[in-house]
Amino acid sequence: MSENVDTTQAPRKIGPPRSRISRLLESRQLGWVALAGAVLAPFVTATPYALNVMTTAAIFVMLASGLNIVVGYCGLLDLGYIAFMAVGAYTAGIISRSFDLPLIFTIPAVLVMTVLAGLIIGAPTLRLRSDYLAIVTLGFGEITRITANNLAITGGPSGIFGIPGLLKFGNFDMQEPAVLYYVTVLVVAVFVLASARLGKSRLGRAWRFVREDEDAAEAMGIHTYKVKLLAYIFGAIWGGLGGVLFAAHLSAVSPQSFIFLQSALVLMAVVLGGMGNMRGVVIGALVISLGPELLRNLAANRYLGFGLLLVVVMVFRPQGFWPARGYEPERRTVGADDAAVVRAEG
Amino acid sequence: MTAILEVKDLQIAFGGVRAVDGLSFSAHEREIIAVIGPNGAGKTSAFNCITGFYRPTSGSVLINGLDTTGKRPADIAAVGVSRTFQNLRLFPDLTVLDNVRAGMHLYGGQNWADAIFHTPRFKRSEAMYTEEAHRWLDFVGFEGARGIPVRNLSYGQQKRVEIARALARKAELLLLDEPAAGLNYSEKQQLLALCRRIRDLGTAIVLIEHDMGLVMELSERIIVMNFGREIAVGTPAEVKANPAVIEAYLGKDDEGAQSNGDA
Repeated sequence: MSENVDTTQAPRKIGPPRSRISRLLESRQLGWVALAGAVLAPFVTATPYALNVMTTAAIFVMLASGLNIVVGYCGLLDLGYIAFMAVGAYTAGIISRSFDLPLIFTIPAVLVMTVLAGLIIGAPTLRLRSDYLAIVTLGFGEITRITANNLAITGGPSGIFGIPGLLKFGNFDMQEPAVLYYVTVLVVAVFVLASARLGKSRLGRAWRFVREDEDAAEAMGIHTYKVKLLAYIFGAIWGGLGGVLFAAHLSAVSPQSFIFLQSALVLMAVVLGGMGNMRGVVIGALVISLGPELLRNLAANRYLGFGLLLVVVMVFRPQGFWPARGYEPERRTVGADDAAVVRAEG
Repeated sequence: MTAILEVKDLQIAFGGVRAVDGLSFSAHEREIIAVIGPNGAGKTSAFNCITGFYRPTSGSVLINGLDTTGKRPADIAAVGVSRTFQNLRLFPDLTVLDNVRAGMHLYGGQNWADAIFHTPRFKRSEAMYTEEAHRWLDFVGFEGARGIPVRNLSYGQQKRVEIARALARKAELLLLDEPAAGLNYSEKQQLLALCRRIRDLGTAIVLIEHDMGLVMELSERIIVMNFGREIAVGTPAEVKANPAVIEAYLGKDDEGAQSNGDA
C-alpha cells in the first residue's frame, strides 16, 4: 500500500493531554482519595449541622450519578428525575411505617417499585427525542409529586413522619448522625463506582452509541429501545435507593421535597460537572449541594451569588468542569511492533 | 448455491412516489454486486428496505433464507447483515476503537452484572473487544491514533473506520452505500483491494457506487436501477453495452447509438 496517500498526519495536536495534573486526575487512585476525603471530613467538623449538610451532599451525589446514566451516558434528557427518588422514599417510608420495619428491609420492595417506575416512564417515551422527551419527563415528575400530594396512603401534603431508621440492633443505631453519614458515604461510593463501571462496559458503550447516533447503533444490531429502557431502569434504581437514604436521613418524606427545582438541581449537577464523566458529575453534585451552604455568610443573597457563579461557569466552561474525554490508551508496544512489521512488509 | 440475500419484487412508496418499484435480485457468498443508477433511482431506498430502516410497501427480503421483511434494523443486523451509510454515520465523540467495538455488540459475552463486579468474564470480554477492534482496523489498513475521538480524523480515515465497524459485525452480507464517495484516486485503489479482501473472507458485498471505473473493475454483477426499477442486470461488459443503461445515464438522442458503439 503506497504511503504517499497516508491521511493519518492530521495537522492538529490530537493526542490525549499529558500534563502531570491531568495524569493525576485520570489515575485510578483518585476514587480512593475522594473516599478518604469523605471519610475524614467529620474529623474536621462534626457538628450536627455539618453532618446534616454532608449527608445531604452524599445523597445528592447518588442522585447525580444515577441521572448521569440517563442523561450523560444515554443522552435522554430527563427533567423529572426526582420522581424516582420520590418513589423510593415513599415506598420505603410507607412499608417501614406500616410494618414497623427498619428501612433496610424495604429495599427489595423499593427496587421492584423503582424498576416499575422506570418502565412506566421509559416505555412510552422511547420514541421521543430531546425536547419532546424533556417535556414528557417533566410531566411525569410533576404527576408523581401531585399524586403523592393527594393520596391518603402517602399522607397527603404533610407526607409521612416518624420513619424508622435504616437498622437498629442493641446499642448500634444507624440513626446516629455520624453512623448514618458513614453508611451513606459507603453506599454512595459503591453506587458511584458501579455507575462508572457500567459506563465503561458493553452496555455503557451501547448507551453512548444510542446517544451519538441511534440509527447507526441500530444498524450494528443494538436494540435501541432495550438499551434506553435499561438506562431508565438503572437511573431509577439509583434514584430510588437515594430516596431510601433520604427517608432514613430525614425520617420524614413530604411532597415538597420532590418539586421540579430538585430535578433541575440534579440535572444541573450533571451538566455542570461534565455529562458522561462520573468524576466530573461527583464534583458537580458536591458543588451544587455544598455551594449554597458555603456561601451562607452572604445571607439572603447567597442564592443570587450561587446563581451568578453557575452562569459564569457555564459561560467559560459550557462542557462542564470535567467533561467526558473521548480518549483511551493506544495499542500496547507489542501490538505497535506488530503493526510496524506489517507496515514494513506492505 | 444458496443465496445470502434474496430480494423479491421489492416495492416502497412514499406518498405517491414509488421509490423502489419491483426490484428483485439475489446475492451469494463471495460475490460482489454493484447497484448503480442515476441520482434518485431508488438505490439507497432499496438498501434501507433491506436493512429494515424502511418498511417495504410490498415484496420480501430473505437473508440466509430467513424472511426479514419489515423487521427492526437490529433484528436484521443480528441475522447477518452489516452496512455503511451514504453520509458517514460514525459516533463522532467516541474513540476510533469504541466505534469499531460497536460492530461487536452482538457477541460481547458480558452483561451488566459482569461490568459492575468486574468479573473475569468481563475482563476477558473487554480484552477480546480491544484486540478484535485493532484487528479489524489493521484489516482495513487504518493507520494512526486509535484512542482519539473519531471526529478528529480525516474523511478518508473515517470511511475506513466505518468499514471496520461494519466488518466487526462479522456479517455474511455487507452493504456499502457509496464507499468511494469523496475518496481520491489512490484511496479508491485501496478500497478496491479492500473489497476484494472482504470478499475473500466469504462475505457477499452489495455496493451502491457512482464511480464507474471502480464498479466495472470490482463487481461481478451489476444491477442498474432507474425510477425504482431494475433496467438492466449483468456482468460489467454486458451492462456497458446495454442501450437502456446508456439511455438512463446519457439520455436518449441520436448520439446514444454512437456512444453505444464506442462502449
